[in-house]
Amino acid sequence: MIHKYQLNGYNICLDVHSGAVHVLDDIAYDVLDYCSEDMQEKAPEKMLTELSEKYDREELEETYEALYELYTAGQLFSKDDYEQFADLMTKAPIKSMCINVSHDCNLRCEYCFAAKGDFGQGRCLMSLDTAKKAIDFIIANSGTRHNLEVDFFGGEPLMNFEVVKQTVEYARSIEKQHNKNFRFTITTNGLLLDDEKIDFINREMHNVVLSLDGRKEVNDKLRVTPNGKGCYDIIVPKYQKLVSKRGDKDYYIRGTFTTFSKDFTADVMHMKELGFEQLSIEPVVSDPKLDYSIKENDLPTVFKEYERLAKTLIEMRKKGEFFNFFHFMIDLDQGPCAIKRLRGCGCGNEYVAVTPQGDIYPCHQFVGEEQWKMGNLNDGTFNQDMKLRFAKANVYSKSNCRNCWAKFYCSGGCNANNFQYEGDILKSHKVGCELEKKRLECAIMIKAALADYNTEQSTDCDSGDCFAECC
Amino acid sequence: MKATKHIKTLNNANLKDSAAKGGCGECQASCQSACKTSCTVANQKCEK
Repeated sequence: MIHKYQLNGYNICLDVHSGAVHVLDDIAYDVLDYCSEDMQEKAPEKMLTELSEKYDREELEETYEALYELYTAGQLFSKDDYEQFADLMTKAPIKSMCINVSHDCNLRCEYCFAAKGDFGQGRCLMSLDTAKKAIDFIIANSGTRHNLEVDFFGGEPLMNFEVVKQTVEYARSIEKQHNKNFRFTITTNGLLLDDEKIDFINREMHNVVLSLDGRKEVNDKLRVTPNGKGCYDIIVPKYQKLVSKRGDKDYYIRGTFTTFSKDFTADVMHMKELGFEQLSIEPVVSDPKLDYSIKENDLPTVFKEYERLAKTLIEMRKKGEFFNFFHFMIDLDQGPCAIKRLRGCGCGNEYVAVTPQGDIYPCHQFVGEEQWKMGNLNDGTFNQDMKLRFAKANVYSKSNCRNCWAKFYCSGGCNANNFQYEGDILKSHKVGCELEKKRLECAIMIKAALADYNTEQSTDCDSGDCFAECC
Repeated sequence: MKATKHIKTLNNANLKDSAAKGGCGECQASCQSACKTSCTVANQKCEK
């Protein structure tokens, strides 16, 4: 299977099952239409005839030969032989956990998927005892996995900062004896950040996700305090302080775009102007009936905006300026292995979320959906059948994914979105899929454009066929 | 990285090799990075 598309002046072909990305000139892009899974060595007469008015015959034959070489090298129309690995990780240990230390929040963001902080379950905080049980649970269920990820989430986790601190301390005190390495992250709205919390986060957290929607007017429209005031002026200086003291550790300034902010390139650029470089803005996850939801009829506008953002990123890189957009990050050579790509996030199998009451769910987005409760930390229950059900949710068990060109990049999408908006974890959420595919097209195009630019710049490079960004 | 007159190939296309050697499970769960709402897996780092 291949996916060919044109974007920003580039003719691009992704060979889905090898991962090869080819940038083609116009003739090769046209000849490609006459190639297929059973390519023959000899150029097809139909192609030579039909393209004869546009191109010289010799040139057509030469181009076909180049494409045939890729085919024989397994880089064009390569076979899909990954289904044999689909059940490989069905007995995977649990190695990632989202700890909802607070089902309370000091903001009332209109679009919050956590029902403005309490997941519809009443406002409460997790006790230290439950948080320690969560740490014990992941250690006990992680088998031989060394790296364990724990994200403090909510609601607003800093409303329960003492428990966050003591949970980290507890985990650190026992990780070595179990041969584990905890990587903590925290997702915060920033309101309660102060010097002590900033220093703690920068010391202990492998990654920190700081919520901000971009421009003041955009952020303050939906990210409001209980009395309806925007939070931009409170949080931005705190984020700047945290990031300035963070060194080279990971962080993301993470925003949400809605139908009110479909011009989100301006929000990304605003974040950059504030001094932030690691940026993410994501489509709102919400019921299509709500006025701020991204709906199918918004897609053409959003697609254009992703293109605008991609072109902006390229232009800035050419000027030597840097920002990183999370959803345009793609490593064409050293990305995740094919096994990982078969089932993506691993929710309900390798990844679970726990609530202040100790309830275990497949992930943070399933919290509050009673039918998806997997067990409880206090009574020691855990539904292995449900774990197996999630383990078997892969790109081959999802009928819409099996023949999708993007299956090894989104890995079957978000099971929670699939359930919430399509009624089945195995049925792809259409709007989410379309957005993901557009982001991927942009991400690959950025690679093509930067390779092109680097080639132009590398006149002193000894290697004539080098497209590395370092050159 | 390879270029011919009509085609530039940007990468080594090693997805098949990665299936044979992969599956160690040590890499980050994608939702633990920045997203929390929308899935992108191809931007995760391999731990090997």
